[in-house]
Amino acid sequence: MSGAVSSYGTRHLQALFGALGRLVRAPLATLLTLMVIGVALALPAGLALVVNNLRNATGDFSNAVDFSVHFKLGTPIERVQQLAKGARERAGVDSVTVKTADEALDEFKQASGFGDALAALEDNPLPHHLVVRPAKDASGPAEVESLRRYFAAFPEVDIVQLDLDWVRRLHALLDVLRRIMWVVVIVLGAGVLAVIGNTIRLEIQQRRPEIEVTKLVGGSNAFVRRPFLYTGIFYGLGGAMLATLIVLGGLTYLDQAVGDLSAQYGSRFHLTGLGRRGMGYLVGIGAGLGWLGALISTGRHLRAIEPRA
Amino acid sequence: MITFDNVAKRYPNGREALAGVTFTIQPGEFVFLTGRSGAGKSSVLKLIALLERPSRGTVTVSGQNTGKLKPGRIPAFRRAIGVVFQDHKLLVDRPIYDNVALPLVVAGTPLKEVDRRVRAALDQVGLLGRERSSPLELSVGEQQRVGIARAVISKPQLLIADEPTGNLDPGLSVEVMRVFKRFQEVGVTVVIASHDPHLVEKFGQREIVLDAGRITSDTFHAGHAARMTAQAPQLSDLPDIHT
Repeated sequence: MSGAVSSYGTRHLQALFGALGRLVRAPLATLLTLMVIGVALALPAGLALVVNNLRNATGDFSNAVDFSVHFKLGTPIERVQQLAKGARERAGVDSVTVKTADEALDEFKQASGFGDALAALEDNPLPHHLVVRPAKDASGPAEVESLRRYFAAFPEVDIVQLDLDWVRRLHALLDVLRRIMWVVVIVLGAGVLAVIGNTIRLEIQQRRPEIEVTKLVGGSNAFVRRPFLYTGIFYGLGGAMLATLIVLGGLTYLDQAVGDLSAQYGSRFHLTGLGRRGMGYLVGIGAGLGWLGALISTGRHLRAIEPRA
Repeated sequence: MITFDNVAKRYPNGREALAGVTFTIQPGEFVFLTGRSGAGKSSVLKLIALLERPSRGTVTVSGQNTGKLKPGRIPAFRRAIGVVFQDHKLLVDRPIYDNVALPLVVAGTPLKEVDRRVRAALDQVGLLGRERSSPLELSVGEQQRVGIARAVISKPQLLIADEPTGNLDPGLSVEVMRVFKRFQEVGVTVVIASHDPHLVEKFGQREIVLDAGRITSDTFHAGHAARMTAQAPQLSDLPDIHT
């Protein structure tokens, strides 16, 4: 049994190194194919980075949808704290901070520069209020609107202040970018499949005599297919590695300029790269597309080759 | 071993290669298929090796009706038959060793066993020591012997050859035929398509003559019956290959 397993493993290794050897023996053709695949994979990967970096540049999205719940003047602070406690237990709420009227006045004094004038007031004209931050997974327009209605329903609440239009616009923008990214992923993924499939088809035609003889002596379709599948995987892997280099090169080239630009706005923003996980995804997707392209191509063309006497 | 029952074969271009062919070949027989070019010899071999399927009738090989064999079973079926071609069908970009080893490799034979049997097969055909040579470095006769070594390495009970001496001079033809004869002597059924009457005469075996897709004669030459009774299959006589 172990001999059979060892033999099976050896056959796979032979097919693997045979496929690798064929690619190495035709360096120019291999490089050209890898470049096409690399560029095709680099475009969606680059677009995904653009989306990620835009999200980072606009800050944590949950900060963007913080909103304030202002209470009617005269509402006891105990009632405000009670409502805050109840709100914290709701799903979709990340945090609720109580700001008393006095704290609000102090902040206003510092922020507005009217400290002396405000000191002349006999009563504090500001109400108690809550600063509510929705959870990250509940910061969409619908969830935020639901939360707004929850607070507005209390009779002690005077006004719930938030700029939902801004949230909607940001969501819409990110949604458009995400959709563009997926369209590019699908179109260029199909392109990679086509490139690998066609390359494998040409190799099958080139090796037709060998395939015929192999089938003649009893080689199954699975046996004949094996080296072509490894070839497809190598193309996908190599293309993905090249795509990683292209993206990292582009990122390095742009990062300094983006850093300089953000510094003009008092920010220390820098572009973030693919990261280990991103690179892993890219290489995995590349290898998967290579395998699939080869599988489709061999499935279509190998059956048509039958030995001739 | 092989039964053709009223077999007809018509190719897609409309040419009728066989028309109602019926014969039986017993295990261990040595049979020549003869006839002019286009008589249907190669079609008979193709039907035996399942390179073609009959248009009508039944072809049975080793108890299996080839017409009903499912596609997934064909590789295993072919692994049980050794086939030798006039044009050798060697892979010229690989050394002789790899060419001969191919049937064992596709069968998933352990590497040590492959090595042992390749050397034994090359020894049987007189080419031991030439393992690393390219087929292009060999003479036509040597290439044919490589083809024979590849055909017998998986210990087939049936060996078929299509004009195996077609490109050889008379001396080499006899040499190649002797190799086939040695396999038949240990119980392998051998079917050879040939248009060389001298070979048939010299080796004096059963001869099935085809003409325009029909059998015109099925003759047992002198000595055939005696040989058939005298010989019982003794595969151990070729210990290196047939053990």
